[in-house]
Amino acid sequence: MGFMNLFKHFLGDDWGVHPDDRKRPAADRPLRVMPVPEKLYLPLQQHLGGPARPVVLVGQQVKKGELIAEAQGMISAPIHAPTSGTIAAVTDITAPHPSGLTLPAIILAADGRDEWIDCQGCADPFALDPVEIGKRVAAAGVVGLGGAAFPSAVKLTGAARSKVKTLVINGGECEPYLSCDDRQMRDRAADIVDGIRIMLHATGAREALVGIEDNKPEAIVAMQAAAAAVPEVHIRPVPARYPMGSEKQLVQVLTGKEVAAESRTFDIGIVVHNVGTALAVRAAIRDGRPLISRVVTVNGNCANDPGNVEVLVGTLAEEVIAFAGGLKGDGIGLARRVMGGPMMGMQIPHWRVPVVKGTSGILAFDAQEVAAQEPDPCIRCGSCVKACPMGLLPLEMSARIRNSAYDEAVGIGLKDCIACGCCAYVCPSKIPLVQYFVHAKGELAAQDRNKLRNDATKKLAQQRQERLDREAREKAEAAAKRKAEREAAAAAKAAAEAAAKQATETEGESA
Amino acid sequence: MTPATLTAQTVASPHAHGGNSVSRTMFRVQLALLPATLYGFWLYGWPAFFLWALTILSCVAFEVLSLKLMGTPRVKATLFDGSAVLTGWLLAMTLPPWAPWWVAVVGGFIAIVIGKQVFGGLGQNVFNPAMVARVALLVSFPLPLTLWVAPLPMSTLPTPDFVSSLRIFLTSLPVPDAMTSATLLGHAKTELARGIDLATALHAGPDLSWIGMRAGSFGESAAILILCGGLYLLITRVITWHAPLAVLAGVAIPAAIAHAVDPGRFLSAEAHLLSGALMLGAFFIATDYVTSPNTTTGQIIFGLGIGLLTWVIRSFGGYPEGVAFAVLLMNAMTPVIDRFCKPRILGRDRKGKPLDIPENA
Repeated sequence: MGFMNLFKHFLGDDWGVHPDDRKRPAADRPLRVMPVPEKLYLPLQQHLGGPARPVVLVGQQVKKGELIAEAQGMISAPIHAPTSGTIAAVTDITAPHPSGLTLPAIILAADGRDEWIDCQGCADPFALDPVEIGKRVAAAGVVGLGGAAFPSAVKLTGAARSKVKTLVINGGECEPYLSCDDRQMRDRAADIVDGIRIMLHATGAREALVGIEDNKPEAIVAMQAAAAAVPEVHIRPVPARYPMGSEKQLVQVLTGKEVAAESRTFDIGIVVHNVGTALAVRAAIRDGRPLISRVVTVNGNCANDPGNVEVLVGTLAEEVIAFAGGLKGDGIGLARRVMGGPMMGMQIPHWRVPVVKGTSGILAFDAQEVAAQEPDPCIRCGSCVKACPMGLLPLEMSARIRNSAYDEAVGIGLKDCIACGCCAYVCPSKIPLVQYFVHAKGELAAQDRNKLRNDATKKLAQQRQERLDREAREKAEAAAKRKAEREAAAAAKAAAEAAAKQATETEGESA
Repeated sequence: MTPATLTAQTVASPHAHGGNSVSRTMFRVQLALLPATLYGFWLYGWPAFFLWALTILSCVAFEVLSLKLMGTPRVKATLFDGSAVLTGWLLAMTLPPWAPWWVAVVGGFIAIVIGKQVFGGLGQNVFNPAMVARVALLVSFPLPLTLWVAPLPMSTLPTPDFVSSLRIFLTSLPVPDAMTSATLLGHAKTELARGIDLATALHAGPDLSWIGMRAGSFGESAAILILCGGLYLLITRVITWHAPLAVLAGVAIPAAIAHAVDPGRFLSAEAHLLSGALMLGAFFIATDYVTSPNTTTGQIIFGLGIGLLTWVIRSFGGYPEGVAFAVLLMNAMTPVIDRFCKPRILGRDRKGKPLDIPENA
């Protein structure tokens, strides 16, 4: 607790939390590159949006970088073979998700040759049309590497269309334990700056602000050196505070602008990308290479040799851990397996879960780090209110959710919750607040789906009734018409007969 | 991979915790109360110690009894959160130092059973349990609750030893007149009622004291030590400055104005600040998590309300002291304050509407 923090605390400017960052020594270890494993497990849904659709057959030979599943829908991303080999199966595997449910995936058996497909690079990206850059980034399957895995091309082209002025690059990496972005900023600062320049060109933004938390001085120095000759890229150290890497918070700290609720950063002329994404965009444009690998931090008290590892997407967490030195005592004392960061990452049921594009960390926690405990009653201390970076009342929301009053919880801001976990982190009663919010959001989504289904059913029933009514009406009308016709015909006939009779009569008379 | 870890229940993030706990918070508050308490023992001798110990003991006993009656499975865990001990401790601080044993027991019953467990236990009570007990005792048993012993170091009589202290505590013998003294607030009220001007009344009345050399409740008089405890709580972030400062300001501002207008009728701000349970109330009662508002704005309103009501009760009410009444009144206001004082949600205005998107941003 520094003096400034204490001072800010007294002023009440105290959003977020200051967790022990636990980034070192893992961050200081040189990057290790993991060799190609025997098998790769590539879930079709590694990103936000629609799942990719396989375009390969089982038994087909593919080369490294070859498209194996194409994007499906407006917001989606394709998947490429991370190495050369044979498609072993397209089947369900355990998803990197806390439920432990399965997810369709392509399983690729590596042939060990690691042979690249022909890559169409581009020597001068700044001569390319921004729309073309967007297309190439989309084709390379680049997604946000900060964790949310939103397809990057959608953001790039959307930003160009909204005429954004500022590109905010997120090098905050505010999650404790993680250091993959830190490592890449130290090792590949020049490439990141190059990627940022390509992104500037693609979005049409005039300047880029790179926010880096001040607990990463080496990364700041490296990035400043790399950006020294590039006047439109500014490196901005920001105070280390969780969740500094959250889009709305970082934008506010760097630009002073506040993103309105229910709208996007585009609306205030800003687009946010992660530093890792800048590298992926650079690789996609300069070298024409798709996103098939990423840097993952292996950390936690149970990890033997914490550090950063560059792995192919689809590698099982088990193999990454084995490569990175394994677990202490072969996993004795392991209390929780987490993918992502400790604050927003997810617990996974076992280690046989693949690394996907959005996986930033593989964490093996012991009981002391997890500090699991049965919750005490809420003492209304208000710690969560002070910690909430969104200005919500977590204790009030959870009290309402406990009574299943989801609509009331929405009324006091549930939809604005970013699930950052600050409230649960500071809660002295150890109430799993995020669990409540996630549960409520799930319930609300289920309610919405139910409502949609009911509406659709109602509409169908209504349409059927209308159709039946119409048919009955038409039938009745047709019957009436026929009757009228019959009557008219009969009348005409009668008239004709009468006329004929009369005619004969007149004839008879005249005769 | 052990079977235990395989079957571990899945939980939502975060997978880390800041380390704060209810028992740690309660322990810190108790630590902050310690200097004033120890000093109180020195000021008032063994009877005060017995009172303190029995009040806490009865609070804990009634807590256990309530939990058993309710069939709560977590009796031990609930006891170890330290809240019952703290309630008893705070109640003892506000009792006259030589109050007899049954005051402690009845007080413990009212605080824990009526003030807290009836509402549903920790975190559910609307009113501060210690203040509920204090007020109930004062209204029901005015005589023992207004019998003030002068601090022993000020007294000319010999300090009672352990055995005679026990006798004082258990048999409620009348305290010798020479040992009793009026509090400043009580003295001022009596003299004003007799139509005597404060300027003359206070000339011969009790002095103000930062170090507790005045008659008063067991733990409320040593302003400087309570202030130290409060500072400790501020630095360890158990409390924030909003409520305490608002309480002090809520008393001091009207007191200073009224005193400037009519010094013969109204006590000075300093006299108000250093009298009665104001310091204790500001730092230890108004900051009670359960019964105070959640937001800083709400806490300021809450504190100002306590301060103002305290001054009004002291200056115009029937009782010489008003902190406990003021706290209870504002406790009742807390849900209303919480309803109207909410933090602004990021990206929304105060009413909850999304912010306007500026043109040409």
